[in-house]
Amino acid sequence: MSISGNEPLTRAGKIDFGGIFKEASLACVPEAKIGDYVIVHVGFALSVVDEAEALKVFEYLKQMDDLAELKEAPP
Amino acid sequence: MKFLDEYRDAQLAQHLAREIHRITTKPWTLMEICGGQTHAIVKFGIDELLPEKITLIHGPGCPVCVTPLEIIDQALEIAARPDVIFTSFGDMLRVPGSTTDLLSVKANGGDVRMVYSPLDAVKLAEQNPAREIVFFGVGFETTAPATAMAIVQAAQKKLKNFSMLVSHVLVPPAMEALLSSPNCHVQGFLAAGHVCAVMGFEEYLPIANKYRVPIIVTGFEPLDILQGVLMTIRQLQMGRAEVGNQYSRAVRREGNRPAQELIKRVFQVVPRKWRGVGEIARSGLGLAEEFAVFDAEKRFGVTGHYVGESAECRSGLVLQGQIKPRECPAFAIRCTPEHPLGAPMVSSEGACAAYYRYRR
Repeated sequence: MSISGNEPLTRAGKIDFGGIFKEASLACVPEAKIGDYVIVHVGFALSVVDEAEALKVFEYLKQMDDLAELKEAPP
Repeated sequence: MKFLDEYRDAQLAQHLAREIHRITTKPWTLMEICGGQTHAIVKFGIDELLPEKITLIHGPGCPVCVTPLEIIDQALEIAARPDVIFTSFGDMLRVPGSTTDLLSVKANGGDVRMVYSPLDAVKLAEQNPAREIVFFGVGFETTAPATAMAIVQAAQKKLKNFSMLVSHVLVPPAMEALLSSPNCHVQGFLAAGHVCAVMGFEEYLPIANKYRVPIIVTGFEPLDILQGVLMTIRQLQMGRAEVGNQYSRAVRREGNRPAQELIKRVFQVVPRKWRGVGEIARSGLGLAEEFAVFDAEKRFGVTGHYVGESAECRSGLVLQGQIKPRECPAFAIRCTPEHPLGAPMVSSEGACAAYYRYRR
């Protein structure tokens, strides 16, 4: 992603949608920086993806596994 | 693509499904609110992975589908004017009004154009100063910041030839309307992730509390939806009714404050009729007084030629989750995406379109 415009209202970024590049307004995500993943809806970035939170579902699955192993372990 | 593919892992999905089977001992009915989730559920067969005891019903999660007929008729009237370039999201073009649709207006010479973003409509207004550019502003809270920004930009640029036909809707009042209905069987909700990315989820706390329903903010990929279901069922099995956040990678409790400020500045909360559901108090957004000059309804003085719904279309019941699309006698026979009787067969978020595409 590259970022253009300094005014809060016109700040925009060129976003890589899996190989297709399209511009989106970054007016509502002032914290977004190059390299971030953003959620874009109708040309408007709504949220910066939190990478640590993104891993939680996989951690959750791993915990489920560990619990299952504990249950299956002989006494 | 990162943050997408890994959430479609079939093995991990089976894993979550097994856990849901393990903990489910009673029958439960859940509703997903967002049409994006409806499509993912039907496309990936997520409902078929769940225990028989769990029923997923599809909510009114498609803003195009709930846009009232009267407003579509107004859009058709404006779009047919020779001085107008009428811009809309693609989903809206084939939605039937009382007598015709936008695509037919275009075929008859109307200048109707599909745009990707409301901001593109503002650019079009700058490029075509001699024409009136009208944007059809429909959508949930997810779309409202972008439409609000289009109005702010048009005001800043002092554009005299830009206006908007606004039919924005708000999700929480519709959930309350469903929950207050005596026919409501919903025991838990998967709340729409991207609506909450904008609005946060604090406004769901009183709803969960008042109606004793767990509400889990949920994403759109198979693992998201399965985890959302698991979190909801876990609460139901324990007799709890709390708000949870499965989609924490995109949703913060307080939502996106700058986006909320934009919405508050440009719009005011108004009563809104939902197609197939009826009028719901405080469930819509209309332009605030300060921006009334951009109101296309006032600019063109349109009233619409309201005729009425197709007698055969059951979309009202589908939108309220009371029947599944296949239970409608016209489904895939007299109602198809090419020749729809109702909006849910057209929109990419409509439940009938999802069943037509994946479950015929």
